[in-house]
Amino acid sequence: MEFAELIKTPRVDGVVLHRPFMPTVEGTLCLTGHHLILSSRQDNTEELWLLHSNIDSIEKRFVGSLGHITVKCKDLRVIQLEITGMEECLNIASSIEALSTLDLVSLMYPFFYRPMFEVIEDGWNSFLPQNAFKDLESMTDEWRLSEVNKDFSLCPSYPPLVAVPKDFDDETLKKVATFRHGGRFPVLSYYHKKNGMVMMRAGQPLTGTNGRRCKEDEKLINATLRPGKRGYIIDTRAINVAQQAKARGGGFELEANYPQWRRIHKAIERYNVLQESLIKLVEACNDQSHSMDRWLSKLEASNWQTNVKEILTTACLAAQCIDREGASVLVHGTEGTDSTLQVTSLAQIILDPGCRTVKGFQSLVEREWLQAGHPFQQRCAQSAFSNSKPRHEAPVFLLFLDCVWQILRQFPCSFEFNESFLVLLFEHAYASQFGTFLGNSAAERARLCLPEKTVSLWSWVNRPQELERLTNPLYEPNSLVIWPSVAPQSLLLWEGVFLRWNRSSKCLDEAYEEMVHIIEYNKELQTKVNSLRRQLAQLETEDPLLHTP
Amino acid sequence: MEHIRTPKVENVRLLDRSSGQRKASVGTLYLSATHAIFVENNPETRKETWVLHSMVSSVERPPTTSSGGQLILRCKDFQIFQIFIPQERDCLDVHASLARLSRPGVCACKYSELYCLSFNPNVNKEEREESWNFIDLAADYKRMGVPNNLWVATAANSEYRVCDTYPSELFVPKSATPAIIVGSSRFRSRGRFPALSYFHQDTLAAVCRCSQPLSGFSGRCQEDEMMLQALMKSNPGSDYIYVVDTRPKLNAMANRAAGKGYENEDHYTNIKLQFIGIENIHVMRSSQQKIVDVGEMRSPSVTDFLWGLENSGWLKHIKAILDAGVFVARAVADEGVSVLVHCSDGWDRTAQACSVASILLDPYYRTIRGLMVLIQRDWVSFGHKFSHRYAHLDRDPKEVSPVIDQFLECVWQLSEQFPCAFEFNERFLIAIHAHVYSCQYGTFLGNSQKERRDMRLHERTHSVWPQLWKDRGKYTNPLYKAEQSQSQGVLRPNTSPYCFKPTIEPSLPELSLYSYML
Repeated sequence: MEFAELIKTPRVDGVVLHRPFMPTVEGTLCLTGHHLILSSRQDNTEELWLLHSNIDSIEKRFVGSLGHITVKCKDLRVIQLEITGMEECLNIASSIEALSTLDLVSLMYPFFYRPMFEVIEDGWNSFLPQNAFKDLESMTDEWRLSEVNKDFSLCPSYPPLVAVPKDFDDETLKKVATFRHGGRFPVLSYYHKKNGMVMMRAGQPLTGTNGRRCKEDEKLINATLRPGKRGYIIDTRAINVAQQAKARGGGFELEANYPQWRRIHKAIERYNVLQESLIKLVEACNDQSHSMDRWLSKLEASNWQTNVKEILTTACLAAQCIDREGASVLVHGTEGTDSTLQVTSLAQIILDPGCRTVKGFQSLVEREWLQAGHPFQQRCAQSAFSNSKPRHEAPVFLLFLDCVWQILRQFPCSFEFNESFLVLLFEHAYASQFGTFLGNSAAERARLCLPEKTVSLWSWVNRPQELERLTNPLYEPNSLVIWPSVAPQSLLLWEGVFLRWNRSSKCLDEAYEEMVHIIEYNKELQTKVNSLRRQLAQLETEDPLLHTP
Repeated sequence: MEHIRTPKVENVRLLDRSSGQRKASVGTLYLSATHAIFVENNPETRKETWVLHSMVSSVERPPTTSSGGQLILRCKDFQIFQIFIPQERDCLDVHASLARLSRPGVCACKYSELYCLSFNPNVNKEEREESWNFIDLAADYKRMGVPNNLWVATAANSEYRVCDTYPSELFVPKSATPAIIVGSSRFRSRGRFPALSYFHQDTLAAVCRCSQPLSGFSGRCQEDEMMLQALMKSNPGSDYIYVVDTRPKLNAMANRAAGKGYENEDHYTNIKLQFIGIENIHVMRSSQQKIVDVGEMRSPSVTDFLWGLENSGWLKHIKAILDAGVFVARAVADEGVSVLVHCSDGWDRTAQACSVASILLDPYYRTIRGLMVLIQRDWVSFGHKFSHRYAHLDRDPKEVSPVIDQFLECVWQLSEQFPCAFEFNERFLIAIHAHVYSCQYGTFLGNSQKERRDMRLHERTHSVWPQLWKDRGKYTNPLYKAEQSQSQGVLRPNTSPYCFKPTIEPSLPELSLYSYML
């Protein structure tokens, strides 16, 4: 298929663009296969380059022959285009509609994008599982890297290499895989160096209504327990939801078969409910009524903050089991690809200072989200403005980022990265020139040959000029476990995402720059003090008179 | 001292709930005439906690348990202390003493029991007298360019003859003769005639303040109409003024039945009347109680919290006050139109609206010294009833209301939106808040300039401002940049509901912080 077929009118002159907190631009609108471009053709005005894949929905209306197109983006920005001429306007609108809803992955921009920057380190090779396993090997010899899934046949949503208890051979793993949803047998998610406890994740056990059991499954997870110690199974579903799952062949671990484990149910919402929550929240943020009561009741009705609290609380619980109770933990929900990953990845941020660095966080996203089979393409196909009925869309990853932001806000010096890094990940998960978030699993990414055909987001991020923008000037490495407050008073609305286009950030940006400036100045002075101290010490040794009082 | 039954109790346990302390510390409790003092037993720290009696808003005694008695001290700055006393007898004594000591003047309504009259910092008489001259309002008017050929000082209120809740030094339009002033004052609630609060040199427009007119349904007063005409004429750039009634319109209308009310636009030429809708002190008092209760909920859900926040109405009220200030500031700076602000008596909502407008209009009031000047002018000098509102003496609970709390919160909300525009930080606002309640200094004592003069407070107490100035190091905002664009000129805040931050911190963090369920 050629993009040209979809572009009815490639160019219109005299189009007026309105953007939040930016001056109005009049210029020429161009549609290419992947971009909507508006340029005034003057040097000093900013152009608009908008990826079609960033467009969530468009609305058109006419006042006489003047057409207004409202473009609502997945990054929650809303822009207006004024186009004279009904035909041009209709053509542009239908072209945008068609180009922004392409289903075929291979037509996505990352396959056409060529980097205009020098790649210092190829992001596709930055976080290989074998390297991560080397770190684990330096701490413990109880785990091995299994290739049982190397052709993705055992579990289509797992990567080719997974860490499993050493004493379990691949044949046993195959049996366990048949007992877990989607073949997601329990694998290692995190090893807590401090006390040797582990966090595993899996899909739900397929016990069904007649209570099927699988001895190998029981043995496998029991192998991670210390003698005489109990472990915790954190089921991210409410007990009644887990009960209902039995009728569809799923279920949960029965006490009788897993006597060494205590099961805890937490109610994290499933994807369609989360999508609804996002839509309501964004609608509340764009409400123009100026009534405080209305705002607060809409914010409450969106349930967004409740979802944040629930996810964060469950992650804290998992971390508490490992660090405070000295117990191993198994986390799962239904598929084990959504709420499970929210919990395991946030627990690691709480427990492991390594995950709070720029590279460590990238590695965490790579390990616990991309490799772990979170279906990014399905979840991020549409955002809050979509008119179509949601199928598999859900802001699961955005909620995770929101939770990280909450912790970052409570521990402003413990993270090497800043809020901009989180916002950047949100944007690129929904629309990007990079291939990192394409596809729904490692298997799909391999089939699409993404490492060969597209550029990794990490290749772009891990360059000095980008890192500088994303680094937190307040960072002081903190080797401790950080326990966030999950009280509702402590959880704020993430302004950087949800109010980003509703209020000017100029004053806050100025404050941020001022803070950076103060910190740099302080460092300069520190250096000066140190060099003066050295000089003084030198003078003292050279001139013995200085010693005599 | 006659109120102290037990000056010292040993083996007391203290829990500072507001600081997130999780385990009570063991120590000795001392009661002095002015403070409850707790000294930790731990020989390494010997940490001392001092609680001023006048900061205590309530002393609760929950039922005695097997481990002894218990007291809960709630303070006016929202600190909460839980005290465990092994012997019930001691507990009863301490309770009775604290209850009495925290309510000075309970029998005689006298000021003499207040802390500021016994507080004696290490300064001599000259220094104390000097301390009262630290903030010079005349100098601030001079800074604004007043007096000038439009605004003049009037001696009409010397010796508080015309209005006993106003200061004796006031500025009025040049054409307002003493006869007009006196006539206007007779037509205004409690004689609070229109006077200058702030003069904006760039546009020559002014912010003026007064109380409601005694118009009833049809009453009018020629001098008052001339007074407003004079206000209009004192701004050569405009041919009308705004009259901002900060009350909800319904309340203003209801006042007409009592012979009060608002300006009839048919009688006053060239005025535009604007209602803002800030609620009265009773609504605000109950709103604050509700939001304090929200902060004390045990493990609330997000729904409980947001519902409580909405139900309290607190942020809605803060928004209304800020909106009032924004309206006044826009009229003065953008339209160049003078504004006359009033509510009922013109000492609560009017003080809020005028002082917020000044903060928005003039960068000077965003400095440490500037905020002191502003509070001294629009609150202290213009007769905000500090002693009534902040319950300095045990009097009518219906007079109590967090009026200046709300102003300080407005300033805080602004500082969140403009982090580089304010020379002071949050601690400065908290310190002012504490001193409004503490009665440690004479600055905020009494209900008017006249009352303070009659009590001879300048001779008997100290001013708080020099002390705050001396400590300015810890009140300075490191991000403040006087030359940055956001610090200059008029502040234009966004008052959309989502721009207001709930300011409640969890009061029982030990419940929510470290135990996520197990």
